[in-house]
Amino acid sequence: MNLTQPFWPAVLGRLDLDSLDFLKVFFHPTLNDVILSGAAWAVLVGGVLGVAVLSYFKLWGPMWRNYLVSVDHKRIGIMYIVLALIMLARGVVEGVVMRTQQADGLGGGFLSANHYAQLFSTHGTIMIFFMAMPFLTGLINIVVPLQIGARDVSFPMLNSVSLGLTVSGAALIMISLVLGEFSTGGWTAYPPYTEMSFQPGVGPDYWIWSLILAGVGSTLTGINFVVTIFKERAPGMTLMRMPMFTWTALCASILLIFALPPLTVAALMLAADRYLDFHFFTNALGGNMMNFANLVWLFGHPEVYILILPAFGVYSEIVATYSGKRLYGYGSLVVATMSIAILSFTVWLHHFFTMGQDANVNAAFGIATMLIGIPTGVKVYDWMATMYRGRVRMTVPMIYLSSFMVLFVLGGLSGIILANPSIDFQVHNTLFLVAHFHNMLIPGLLFGMLAGYTYWFPKVFGFRLNDRWGYISAYSWIVGFVLVFFPLYVVGLMGMTRRTVSYVDPAYQPWMLMSGVGAIFVTVALAALVVQLYVSIRERNYTRDIGGDPWDARTLEWATPSPLPAYNFAVIPHVHAREAFAVAKEAGRGYQEPTGYADIHLPGDTYMGVIMAVFGTAFGFGMIWYMWWLAVVSFAVMAVAFIVRALRGDRAAITIPAAQVEAEHKAWLAQVRTVTPVTRERELEHANHGVAAPETKEVAA
Amino acid sequence: MNGLGTGPTARGPRRDLRALKLLMVGAVALLSGCVEHGVTFMSPAGPVAAAQRDHFWQVTWISMIVVLPVIIGVPLLAWHYRYGNSKARYSPNWDFSHALEWVMWLVPAAVVVVLSVLLWDNTHKLDPYRKIAAAKPPLQVQVVGLDWKWLFIYPEYHVATVGEMAFPQDRPVELTLTTDTVMQSFMISALGGQIYAMPGMTTKLNLVADHVGHFDGDNTQYNGDGFADQHFTAVAMTKGDFDAWLSKVQNDGVALNTLAYAKLGQSTTPEQVRAEFGTQAMPPHVTYFNDVPSGLFSNIVNRYHSGAPVHAAQQPGSVAYNAQKLGE
Repeated sequence: MNLTQPFWPAVLGRLDLDSLDFLKVFFHPTLNDVILSGAAWAVLVGGVLGVAVLSYFKLWGPMWRNYLVSVDHKRIGIMYIVLALIMLARGVVEGVVMRTQQADGLGGGFLSANHYAQLFSTHGTIMIFFMAMPFLTGLINIVVPLQIGARDVSFPMLNSVSLGLTVSGAALIMISLVLGEFSTGGWTAYPPYTEMSFQPGVGPDYWIWSLILAGVGSTLTGINFVVTIFKERAPGMTLMRMPMFTWTALCASILLIFALPPLTVAALMLAADRYLDFHFFTNALGGNMMNFANLVWLFGHPEVYILILPAFGVYSEIVATYSGKRLYGYGSLVVATMSIAILSFTVWLHHFFTMGQDANVNAAFGIATMLIGIPTGVKVYDWMATMYRGRVRMTVPMIYLSSFMVLFVLGGLSGIILANPSIDFQVHNTLFLVAHFHNMLIPGLLFGMLAGYTYWFPKVFGFRLNDRWGYISAYSWIVGFVLVFFPLYVVGLMGMTRRTVSYVDPAYQPWMLMSGVGAIFVTVALAALVVQLYVSIRERNYTRDIGGDPWDARTLEWATPSPLPAYNFAVIPHVHAREAFAVAKEAGRGYQEPTGYADIHLPGDTYMGVIMAVFGTAFGFGMIWYMWWLAVVSFAVMAVAFIVRALRGDRAAITIPAAQVEAEHKAWLAQVRTVTPVTRERELEHANHGVAAPETKEVAA
Repeated sequence: MNGLGTGPTARGPRRDLRALKLLMVGAVALLSGCVEHGVTFMSPAGPVAAAQRDHFWQVTWISMIVVLPVIIGVPLLAWHYRYGNSKARYSPNWDFSHALEWVMWLVPAAVVVVLSVLLWDNTHKLDPYRKIAAAKPPLQVQVVGLDWKWLFIYPEYHVATVGEMAFPQDRPVELTLTTDTVMQSFMISALGGQIYAMPGMTTKLNLVADHVGHFDGDNTQYNGDGFADQHFTAVAMTKGDFDAWLSKVQNDGVALNTLAYAKLGQSTTPEQVRAEFGTQAMPPHVTYFNDVPSGLFSNIVNRYHSGAPVHAAQQPGSVAYNAQKLGE
């Protein structure tokens, strides 16, 4: 550190009074700045409220012991999903503000162009990296070990580290609301616009460091789950007996390992340009932004399938369960999933057909893109064939599923359209494209995640979610989605570009107004989710899931108590068939007592996740604001913690004696026997306590 | 008139209808006296855009073979096989059918094969780099993307414009594009697709209009605060009108000397350029330049390959560059 430097800049870097967003409203009380400061205040007040609630209910201790230091895959999964829901709320609010701006945007509107650009940049970054990724990672965390009959993941401590890194990335994005501004370069942050010359502020640095931290976390998650699925399966759980969700989790994890590094590298190279005066993507001295585009989409396209495959897995589980029938075409679905995973690495160039490459290149990538449509189509048909000759219950997850199938093929249609370079030349960078990827990600990913949330909630917490508010939310999402995004297809064909704060063509306005009305429904949908959670917790005593099988489901995770004990299975099951639990129930052996119990060894708690979250955030913050001392210290703490933990090993591992396991398991089995089994007719009633009555066997034509 | 030359086009039968549509659009344009807003490839003004529109609908209709069964089938299945319907057949253990597998895989595959043939054909036929066959040689226009406007250089005539790109109808236009700032994307939807313009690099776009008219032109790639205002009017005119237009630009324009170009490099919208350089003789919203030095375009491209750094203060569109007060 240079001692001739004044003291405060050395400590605070480039942080100064102007960086404090929450003060802006007092200096420039325009609507734009009221919203800007309002967001900062929302974060501050929300943070204070959160602390107050935790203190008032004396929850700090339980939260620390049961969650923050826990390596239990279910607890980590819950934390991922809590993070995802918080970020979903912010992302939706940003989306609603943008829709409102464009509804009012004929020749102006109320937001400044810069503010609007920050909104679309954070909205995209958050929804992809801090809503979608944590949501699916959370579901994978909770469900996969249960589905394969494991007690935990292969590397429980690493799992906690991954979560900590993801949280630190999300924390940086939240801090950007309070201190300084975010990048205006969109979620892909194409240079040279994000280079130092054009955006010397902290904006792109927020993007870079939050993505690098979360990206490393996601890569580690990928490694963890590939190893878990390959190595931790219960005896008899062959690959071709794995439930479809586990298959999709496996493919998504493989994609994570191979797809995340290009993004992390691209972000590091951009950081080298910005911090060290390198010339990877600059205009002069041999820099070339095309390399960035290639790297980002080499990540970006597999990423699309990282997002969608787990949702496909959720749909495969619920369609079989709620149709009361075996999943149709298991082999086909496995092949389709693997094909999608492999093909997803061969199409990245379709994100920039318009970059001036040869027609042969464009055509090859266009055809590769359309090829993905084949296995994807097969999957949809397989789910339809599962409903065929089933007994379909239109529960909340099935509402999501059936609306997904109808809406998703329309998104697929616009995807096939976009796969044609010559048509893409016309609709690229227009709202048609925006409508397309929201059409894939909302009915595809978000509906899938919400369906999975509804489906597995009782397994994790021991009571069911309120279905009335679930239906309200689901229908509001569907109506909201259609109203918001179908008009964007139209204005996209009318030539309206994406990312435009205002427009001059009055013909766009009616469609923008319709889209704005849709935003109201989306807001209602989000609010209904919150109400649903509140009502469900309040009424939890009526919806207890004692038997652990509230949906008459088919896979292994439903053969366990709800909520689950830390060790998941009292005795590791031996698997003899696909959809093992359904087969066992059919044979009347759903809740059998094992012949013997053994001691169970579980990994001990760790501080590593908390260290990563706190010092990861501090490291990123130091880098962003040029507080070099903070960055160096934080990085050192993380590195030392890692090394120390590696040398010490897990010293807190616990052993649960066989007698205790036996007592707990027998108590649960006894309790199950007292529960009256219910048929699917009464599935949503208070009478359903998680033990399924046998259903009609077969009905001939 | 048809510049694409090869292959059959699907435009024949629709010609009457299109004439009617053009008449209506033209009438609206005349009444409002300005650009035909929202005229895109959906109501094309040139053969490239027309082929893109036709291809768009072809793909849409062919894809219906795989899309419609889902849209129709899902509600029917959900209704017919509902839990309460005791009349519906129920086969809880049925999970595979060879016949169904063949249909499920082969029908989408066949559709993709057909679409791929169309894709290959159209991608080559409508390649933006492909010169459009015509009796007359193409008009050369060099396009420089600046924040937040396009500069159109007519190298053969030593003139340049901001806010308006004029060209004769029925004569192909060969655009060569670059930017002197961040990446941008150039599009005149009514005539053909977009292409990126990137610093230190050139891209090509070949277009032709088959009738006179005013069309929206845009940058579709976000490049900062003035992005929403980065529009221009593409004007297709008769040969005579174009000659008259050229001489008007030559007579009424202001010189595009080094200082003028340096000022253009600062981040301004077309309206701000008009306010700075415009004269009474120029039409509203449009700025004309003459005395454009030959080699201006190649200098702009080559500057990034000199091997010397381009510091922020020398980089048009950058924060440091915009902070300078030029020419004072």
